[in-house]
Amino acid sequence: MIRAILKETTPIMFGYIPMGMTFGLLFQDLGYPWYFASVMAIFIFAGAAQFMAIGLLSAGAGLTEVFISTFMLNSRHIFYGLSILNKYGKWGLRKLYLIFGLTDETYSLVTTIKIPSKVNEQEYYLYITLFNQSYWVLGCTIGVLIGGLVNFNTEGMDFALTALFIVLVIEQWKNIKEILPFVIATTSSIFVLYFFKDQMLIGSILLSISVLLIIRSIKSKSYG
Amino acid sequence: MDKNTYLILFIVVMTIATVTTRLLPFVIFQKQSNHPMVIYLAKYTPPMIMSILVLYVLKNVDFVSTSSLNTLFAIFVTVVTHIWKKNSLLSIFTGTFLYMYLIQH
Repeated sequence: MIRAILKETTPIMFGYIPMGMTFGLLFQDLGYPWYFASVMAIFIFAGAAQFMAIGLLSAGAGLTEVFISTFMLNSRHIFYGLSILNKYGKWGLRKLYLIFGLTDETYSLVTTIKIPSKVNEQEYYLYITLFNQSYWVLGCTIGVLIGGLVNFNTEGMDFALTALFIVLVIEQWKNIKEILPFVIATTSSIFVLYFFKDQMLIGSILLSISVLLIIRSIKSKSYG
Repeated sequence: MDKNTYLILFIVVMTIATVTTRLLPFVIFQKQSNHPMVIYLAKYTPPMIMSILVLYVLKNVDFVSTSSLNTLFAIFVTVVTHIWKKNSLLSIFTGTFLYMYLIQH
């Protein structure tokens, strides 16, 4: 099972380690003890929020502002959870950790991949989440400690996440074989990108889900 | 407030805000998890989110400039490899190493 999980999560490793290293490097410039970069990766575990934190920390932002801006930035996760309510099984520590670790990348994997038969679902998802977080903690820690010394040019390595999402779109297409969600999402995204580029993620998600629900209600009316 | 105390409080607040967004739907809607609307959303949300994420990671690519050709070519190779070989890891690595080569040389 570990081999299968390693295989599924390797693209995420290729994305998280260089991205975490970039975070670590930026964090180093703030002048805090190095281990706080790892602490942030362990407790916050949200890429975009941690990059935002660099700006907020150097500006000395108030804690209320920190809460509101983080909540806004991560509000897309509300829709992630809503669409996998039954996936994470029974309540317990495991489920709490799975929910805690629900990043964009982890969500993408657990909603797309097929689980090998005879495997406990919750356990499988648990390892996926745990592996992904390990890559992130590792990346952030390497970055803050020796990021400046690394000679290997990682530029472009984060394309792994772009490629991962593209492959997952193809896999989603194979699963669902309906063009509707792809059309709704693409047109909504282009619309939001054009008018509200800064709020692209949450804007596109809200618009797509609204359009989807409107179409659903029209369909159910026309069929009686 | 001392610098490290501020950072610790900062981390606590950011952790709570992030966990709240992730936990909220499970706490509020778990009992409705068999509602037809929730099942409908569970079916269609993942492909929509995946498409949005692709466009999100590409949003800063300047498609008017020639440097975007590197991105477009790497995407093309990723897609073709995936349709041809049906192996996620292979497609992602091929695309990524090609992209790294293109922008570093």
